[in-house]
Amino acid sequence: MDGVHDMGGMDGFGKVEPEPNESVFHHRWEGRVLAMSRAIGVFRAWTIDTSRYVVESLAPSVYLTSPYYEKWFLRNQQLLIERGLIDADEIAAGRALRPAKSMKRGRFTLADVETVTRRGSYGRPAPAPARFKIGDRVRTKNIHPTTHTRLPRYARGHVGEVERLHGAHIFPDSAAAGKGEDPQWLYTVRFDAQELWGADAELKLKVSIEAFEPYLEHV
Amino acid sequence: MILCSGLALGMLALRDEKRLPVHFSGLVDAAGFVGYISPMAAHDHDHNEGSNLSEMELRVRALETILVDKGYIETAALDRIVELYETKIGPHIGAQVIAKAWSDPSFRQSLIDDASKAVSALAEVGRVGDHLVAVENTPLVHNMVVCTLCSCYPTDVLGLPPTWYKSFAYRSRVVKEPRAVLADFGVALPAETEIRVWDSTAETRYLVVPMRPAETAGWSEAQLAKLITRDSMVGTGVPKNPSEVA
Repeated sequence: MDGVHDMGGMDGFGKVEPEPNESVFHHRWEGRVLAMSRAIGVFRAWTIDTSRYVVESLAPSVYLTSPYYEKWFLRNQQLLIERGLIDADEIAAGRALRPAKSMKRGRFTLADVETVTRRGSYGRPAPAPARFKIGDRVRTKNIHPTTHTRLPRYARGHVGEVERLHGAHIFPDSAAAGKGEDPQWLYTVRFDAQELWGADAELKLKVSIEAFEPYLEHV
Repeated sequence: MILCSGLALGMLALRDEKRLPVHFSGLVDAAGFVGYISPMAAHDHDHNEGSNLSEMELRVRALETILVDKGYIETAALDRIVELYETKIGPHIGAQVIAKAWSDPSFRQSLIDDASKAVSALAEVGRVGDHLVAVENTPLVHNMVVCTLCSCYPTDVLGLPPTWYKSFAYRSRVVKEPRAVLADFGVALPAETEIRVWDSTAETRYLVVPMRPAETAGWSEAQLAKLITRDSMVGTGVPKNPSEVA
């Protein structure tokens, strides 16, 4: 979707402000939200792509004004309700009003912690030979799906070069839509800054994206 | 005054009193990982931001209560996740990896060839997630990592991303004006150095291998690790000057 989350190249957000000796969490609740997000992931009630799509789908005004972990909280709450793990009236009551939904696995406990602090694996067997090879000139498609995609706006309709081939991965555009993993080849495609930003672009700059094969066509 | 009560704050106060790092390793501070939390700062913060913040704390507690009551999750498991990210999973891990790459040419090659495999083989780190890619700075090329669409970050080796990495300013600007972004970090590169920005738009995760500073011949990996900051492994910084840590 052409959402406000797709920020590459936008102006107006001001300086980057690094915070010296920044603590991992600024408030206790941030750590709890992070931990809850990791924990409820084990129930596989949704995928990482769906969770990103939910955050992207927040109203732009909410997206732009809510702190990072508040967006995660809103997402968790929404998905837990949508998938029937909790009910909206329980949120209002601040406590459980009825038993848990029957899940395929049991309670998330201390023994499960190690499994959720490591990133998952998204590589999958390739469904077909790769259409592109390293060194190929490719053009990204000019697409504007209203659903989830990982092709950023600033890199659509531009010509770049395939630099790396990462094997086949779960295709986020499909997974987020609930249409299955539909594995696709994943490439690193590198662009010259002038191709992306025009003649006034910074000199000596190259930018790459990770592009799934359906985003690309031969030049 | 919910925020003033409870074990969590007691622990913070204890940390402050002793001024001890949460993680008792010299490497932690070197990598820019926050060795201790400033309890007074955190405390003032909560109160100064007023009812909004308290409301957020209440809402989060309510959701946690529902999930625990319904039997989906165990409170102790959440405590443990928070503790891991506050004390164990941070940029000191990446610093160890880079220090080894600087010291051991065959490890450096393995890291460049397949970073997930190379890092997972290190006994002191253990298994990390798939699709980790190490990209090396040279006098000709400086690498920077961003996720313009959300906040993708190599958490296994750097911990949770700092606020600036997730900020709209960083996400919007670094793919278009990286030199101006570097200036915000106090970093200026020679005009002839190419800047290469990696936008993490998939599940691949990028780790920058900064250049080893001159005048570090003969340094041990532990000494070298003290030079390696978190920002130098994201590309918004460079390693410390050897005179700062010698």
